[in-house]
Parts: sequence; structure tokens; C-alpha cells
Amino acid sequence: MRSVRTLAVAALLLLPAYHVASAGEPKQGGILKVYHRDSPASASIHEEATYSVNIPFMPVFNNLVIYKQDVPQNSMESIVPDLAESWAWSGDKKKLTFKLRQGVKWHDGKPFTSADVKCTFDMLMGKSQQKFRKNPRKSWYDEVVDVTTSGDFEASFNLKRPQPALLALLASGYTPVYPCHVSPGDMRTKPTGTGPFKFVEFKANESIKLTRNPDYWKKGLPYLDGMEFTIITNRSTAILGFISGQFDMTFPTEVSIPLLKDVKKQSPNAVCVVEPINVSTNIIVNSSSPPFDSLDIRRAMALAIDRKAFISILFEGQADIGGTMLPAPGGLWAMPKEMLETIPGYGPDINANREEARKLMQKAGFGPDKRLAVKVATRNIPIYRDPAIILIDQLKSIYIDGELDVVETANWFSKVARKDYALGLNLTGNAVDDPDQSFYENYSCGSERNYTNYCNKDIEKLFGEQSQETDVAKRKKIVWEIDKKLQEDVARPIIYHGRSGSCWQPYVKGITIMVNSSYNGYRYEDVWMDK
Amino acid sequence: MFAYIVRRLALMFVTLIGISIIIFVLLRVVPGNIVDILFDAAGFVDPADKANLEKELGLSDPIVVQYFRWIGGLLHGDLGYSYVSEKPALQEILPRIPITARLAGLALLFSAAIGIPLGVISAVHQGTRLDYALRIVSLSGLSLPSFWLGLLILMASVSMFGTMPIFNPNPKTWTEAIAIYCVPAMAVGFRSAALTMRITRSSMLEILRQDFIRTARAKGASENSVNYRHALKNAILPVITVIGIEAAFLIGGLIVTETVFNIPGIARFLVEALRWRDYPIVQNLVMLIAVVVVFANFTVDLLYAAIDPRIRYGD
Repeated sequence: MRSVRTLAVAALLLLPAYHVASAGEPKQGGILKVYHRDSPASASIHEEATYSVNIPFMPVFNNLVIYKQDVPQNSMESIVPDLAESWAWSGDKKKLTFKLRQGVKWHDGKPFTSADVKCTFDMLMGKSQQKFRKNPRKSWYDEVVDVTTSGDFEASFNLKRPQPALLALLASGYTPVYPCHVSPGDMRTKPTGTGPFKFVEFKANESIKLTRNPDYWKKGLPYLDGMEFTIITNRSTAILGFISGQFDMTFPTEVSIPLLKDVKKQSPNAVCVVEPINVSTNIIVNSSSPPFDSLDIRRAMALAIDRKAFISILFEGQADIGGTMLPAPGGLWAMPKEMLETIPGYGPDINANREEARKLMQKAGFGPDKRLAVKVATRNIPIYRDPAIILIDQLKSIYIDGELDVVETANWFSKVARKDYALGLNLTGNAVDDPDQSFYENYSCGSERNYTNYCNKDIEKLFGEQSQETDVAKRKKIVWEIDKKLQEDVARPIIYHGRSGSCWQPYVKGITIMVNSSYNGYRYEDVWMDK
Repeated sequence: MFAYIVRRLALMFVTLIGISIIIFVLLRVVPGNIVDILFDAAGFVDPADKANLEKELGLSDPIVVQYFRWIGGLLHGDLGYSYVSEKPALQEILPRIPITARLAGLALLFSAAIGIPLGVISAVHQGTRLDYALRIVSLSGLSLPSFWLGLLILMASVSMFGTMPIFNPNPKTWTEAIAIYCVPAMAVGFRSAALTMRITRSSMLEILRQDFIRTARAKGASENSVNYRHALKNAILPVITVIGIEAAFLIGGLIVTETVFNIPGIARFLVEALRWRDYPIVQNLVMLIAVVVVFANFTVDLLYAAIDPRIRYGD
């Protein structure tokens, strides 16, 4: 009798432990319902440059390699095999060879081979017969001479010079492998991949539906039966939908800090996180024409910025101050704080900075009686418009009277490209937390996205030097030197690096929000619902 | 009557041709086209790629050629392809028409069903507390923007019922099916109902002072008979005119209501298409709306004759 009682007590004691263990076990099934902030232009990740496309369509694909989806910080160490089983650099670091996974099938049943890898990257490099309608990341492969195959399951990237960061670019959510046998046009409207979810339908302005791929090469995955993205452009309606439980998750990294407070108040059980999104808000200055061809005026403007005020007003303190590279702890390549504070305008004494700025303005011929009138151009979107208004207010303290010039999205880029602006407020997103992507894209002489036409041959040399450096510590030092110089040259003054919120219902498990990119963490193969 | 109808139809044809030219030219006068937007979203521009895409979409052709290509297609039932989704425009537009038509129909029904009886009651009880109360309701209907009202309804719905009536193509219950159309219809129809009520009231007040109403009362007709059979029948013409005009203006209210309630109808689709400068969608949708408005006006004119025997359309 005594032993029976002991057994019963033991069983009772073990029961909660078992319950906890079983609650932690992923469960199969369920449709994850997420609202989508807008209707993407197409379903083709390679042809678009917004995470509005990555989030719903990354689950359809696989890359050669990928950032481990449950590690929040993307780094070389978090890169894991995907369609490639392994990779190896040649001795001279100019050839990167991938051994490919065998037995993988496209969603239409055709086998995946090295030819698909070659096709994808030939198309990205503009070397194939078939062309993308748009190819926004062609410059990522500037150092790649060609992609060669050896048999059906080996592909090599041959480089002009060593570029260790190529692997980081290949691990981005922006770099899926496309099938050779499907045209770019079809990939825009009904994409075919090898990923955990199959494409079902994309109704513009309405919804995007994905279903579980039962033949996924990772056995047992994904856990979800499917995913549904309901396109809701009205932010209030979308948030109310989440609060009322009609959605399992908000659109990732899209909930602003004030809205997040609202969500937590009305839906206290919701799991919410605020993370950096690796998007900087910066000033673009047209240095090719007066008045900003004067370095003194540009420096005065950089000195006048009170970054903490921007962050306090717009993010209730939850954003970061930094240079070009995303600040730590999220970012891997940011200058140390002590170094950052030595850059003019980053020092803590705003009044002293502005006093210096006023002297520079007076030197350039402006003062309280002769103020500089300038139009501050920006896109007609709140995340652009709001900081532009604060900027105009801050510039008043150094005799600059700004007038807001809001530009519709359709005309923004062409206006900037033809240098039809004096001063502009811009946002720059980085898909990969790596200097190669940021420096070459935004500051390299002649780059299409170098909106300010900043060109410094000495820095250009350093770009190449850091890009080839395999020793991370050494590379970091070069990167810091470059970043400091870019800020001192007022190439594109960085105001702040924003953060944003994501929320999900407590029964949604396995979500990881990346802390140094908002483009790479949406495979969803290990997400499951505990209900 | 026949000659009148033929004349009106001919006039409608000319009006629609004029509208088609105006839409076409205005769309192209607005700065930026789909190629600018696509490349802007991509964040870079390669002039060669841009030129290729403009050529592929036919945007590099002279505007006159583009216009006749569109009209020629329309006459053959070919509405072209959406620049964004790359699907036939007809395929994109057709499924959205019933959704908006249902919403607009319900909104108009709500407007008439609420506005006319309340307008009559308000007129009959002129100067009483009831009249003042109804006039406040109608004034608030005219003052509240429908998007704000829509958001209030959604917030109240979440707060009281823990759910909200946003669009669902496959409603689970019949109550949900009703709610997803009726609630937005009420939000958008509230303004129309208020306007209908005010017009009904003022028209009724005018008629109620006429000699034939006094005669009807003197003959011993009941109040209901006087108000509804004699007065309302004569007061209804301006109300029909207003409802006809409201049907045309409803599209403006539907744009915000469809956005707030996330209804995939043509009004919201039109705004999105305009944002993308998706010319084939915008041109065809605006033409469709123009056709609806022109025919609504024509129908209202014909209704006058049906309702008021004194009106005759002759030569």
C-alpha cells in the first residue's frame, strides 16, 4: 500500500514536468494568419527591394546557405547549409565551391540541380538570355567572374579577387535559388521553389496564401499546414485585427513604439519585441551645387543635429545613434562609442556643437540677418516626413530656414537621381549587416544608389582593402576608419538607426526576430502553434 | 418618349467618349509612371532597363497611339493587362464588382430605408422634440467622416464582442456574412441617409403646406394616408434626384470604407492602381464608374416620368 502511495505521489510530481515537456514539443498543423502591410509589386524576391516581398515569399524558397533562423544576430558563424550541403574556399580565396544537396525537388516535381544555381546567378549578373524586369542587387555580384558547375551537384563561384563577404550575401533572404525551367514572368506571379511552403495564390490588395510542402527535403518540417497573409493597408484596422485575435502575428518589425504600447495595453498576453531593423535615417546633401557645395555649410548642418531629440520624439528613446554601420549590440561592425563621440556632431554637448555650427555658417556668409532658405525634400510617407519636420526645426538654430518639400513615391527616386534637390531626408535599409553591401551600394563612386555622388578615391581603396581582409579583427578596424571618415566628410549624415516592434499571440512558437537585418528571418519552417 | 431615349443614349455615348479622353490624358499628365515607381521601389535605376520596360508596356508610344490601342481593345472586349499583377485587367476587375455593388446597394438601401421615413416623421412633427432629435442625428451624419465612423465601429466591436467585421471571403456563420457587408454599408450609408432625411423633410414641409393636402384632410383622409399617399408621393422627386446623385458620389465614401474594413472591392482597388499608375486598371475602372453614373442619371430621369404623370418626355 505504501509503495502504491509513493508511486502515486511520484506520478503526481512528474505530471507537471511531463506537461511542460509536452508543451515544448512542436505540434503539427494550423494556418498561421498574419496581416501584410501592403500589396507587393510581385512575388519575385530577386526583382524587388522591400521586405514586403521577403516576408511572404521567403518560405517558398531555399538558398545555397542561410542565416540560422533561430539565431537573432546574423554573422558568418550563424550561416548554415541550405541547398548546399557544404562549402569550401580555394587556397587563394578566389573560388567558392558548394556541394549541393541531392534528391531535392522543386514544387512542380522537377529535380533541383547545379544548373538551377548557375541559371539564378547568371540571371542576377545579367549574363543569361532570360532577363529580370528589374535587377536591384546586380552590384552584389560585381566581383564574381562566373558561376561554373561540375556535374549535377557542384557549383563554384569564381571571383576576381577574394571577397569573404560573398557568403554573407548568399545567406540573405534576398538570395534564393530560382528554377531554370520557370520564366522570370511566372516567378513574379506564381513562384516555384524548393522551400517548406508551396505558393497557392497571390491576390493583389487582398491576400497571399501558402500551403505546407509535404515533400520538403527536411523531413518533418514545416510544422504549419500553411500561412495566410491578409493585406491590410490601414494600420489601425490591422492592429485591431491582431488585438481581436483574428491574426496570429503582426507584420514583422512594423509596429511603431506608440502602437506597441497600445497593443500591450489591449492585448496583455501578446508577445512583443522591439529590435533594430538595420535601416538608417539620414540626410542626403546635394554637394554638387550651391549652397551645399560648401563643406563649411555641410559640416555646420551635421553639427546642428540633436540625435537624441529625434529618438526621444519618434521612438520614445528606443532607437540607436551610430555611423553608417548598425550600432552594437545588434550590429557587428559599428565603431566603438568612444570613437563615435570624437566625430564632429556626435559629442554630447549639443549647445557647443551648435555654437561651432553657427560660426561655420557665419564664415560662409550667413547669420541671424541673412538666413539660408532651403527646401528639404522627402518622400510622402510618415517615416520620412516626421523626421524631416524635426530636422527643419533643428536647422533653424543655425540660420537655416527649411521648407518641407514632400514628394510622391513615384517621383522620389527620379528627383534624387537627377539631383533636383538641395537637402533631402532619406532612409537606407541594409539587407545584410556587412560593410561590403553598405559601402559599395551607398558610397562607392558611380554606384546607382550613391544618391549624393560622394566620391573619395582614398576611401574607395579602403573599401577594397576591407572587402578582401579575411581577419575579422583587422577588417573591423578598417571598417571603423572608413565609417569615421564618411561621417567627417558629411557624405550622408546618419541621424539614427530605427527600431521597430513585432508581436505574436502567446501560442505561436519558434519566432525569432533578427536583430541586425529585417530581410533574412522569414523561412518559418520551424514555427508552430501550441493550440 | 422613344425619340427622347435615343437622343439621351446618343448624348451618353458622346459624354463617355469625352470622359475617356479626359481620363486618358489626365493619367498621363500626372508625374511618374509605373516604371518610375517599380524602379523607385527597387532603389536604383538603370536607364536601359527602364527604357526596355517602358517599351514592353507600350508606354514609349505616342499618347494618341496608346489611346486608340486602349479604345480599340475596349471595343473588342480586351481591357489590356494590369501592369502590376500582369493578369488580364478584366480578370482583376470582374471579381471585385459584385463586392462593391453589394456594398453600394446596401448603403443606398440603408440610406433610403432610414432617410425617407425619418424625414417624413421629422416633417410631420416639425418643431417638436422628436424633430430636433432627428435633425441632430442627420446633422451628425453629415458631419462625421465615414472613415472615422468606420474606425469607431471597429474599435467598439473589438472592445464589446472581441471580434470585428472585416472582410472574409469565406464567412463561417450567417451572422458574420451579414456583418461583413451590413456594418460597412451602414458606415458609408449613414451620410447618405442623413442627406436623404434632410431633403425628404424639406420637400415634405413644402408639400404639406399645399392646398391639395388641406383638401385631402377636409375630405377625411387619415393622417397616414395624407402623409404617405398624398404628400410623400409628391415630395419624392427631389429625394430620388439626391439618391441618384449620392449613388454617383458613393464611390468616394466607399474608397475609405473599403480601406478601413479591408474589403477587396473596386473602390480601394482603384486607389491602389492609381498609386502604382496601373493605367489599364485605372482607365477601365474610371470608365466603368462613368458608365454607372451616366446610366444612374438616365434611370433617375426615366423614373421621374414613371412617378409623376405630369412629366412627359416628348419632342
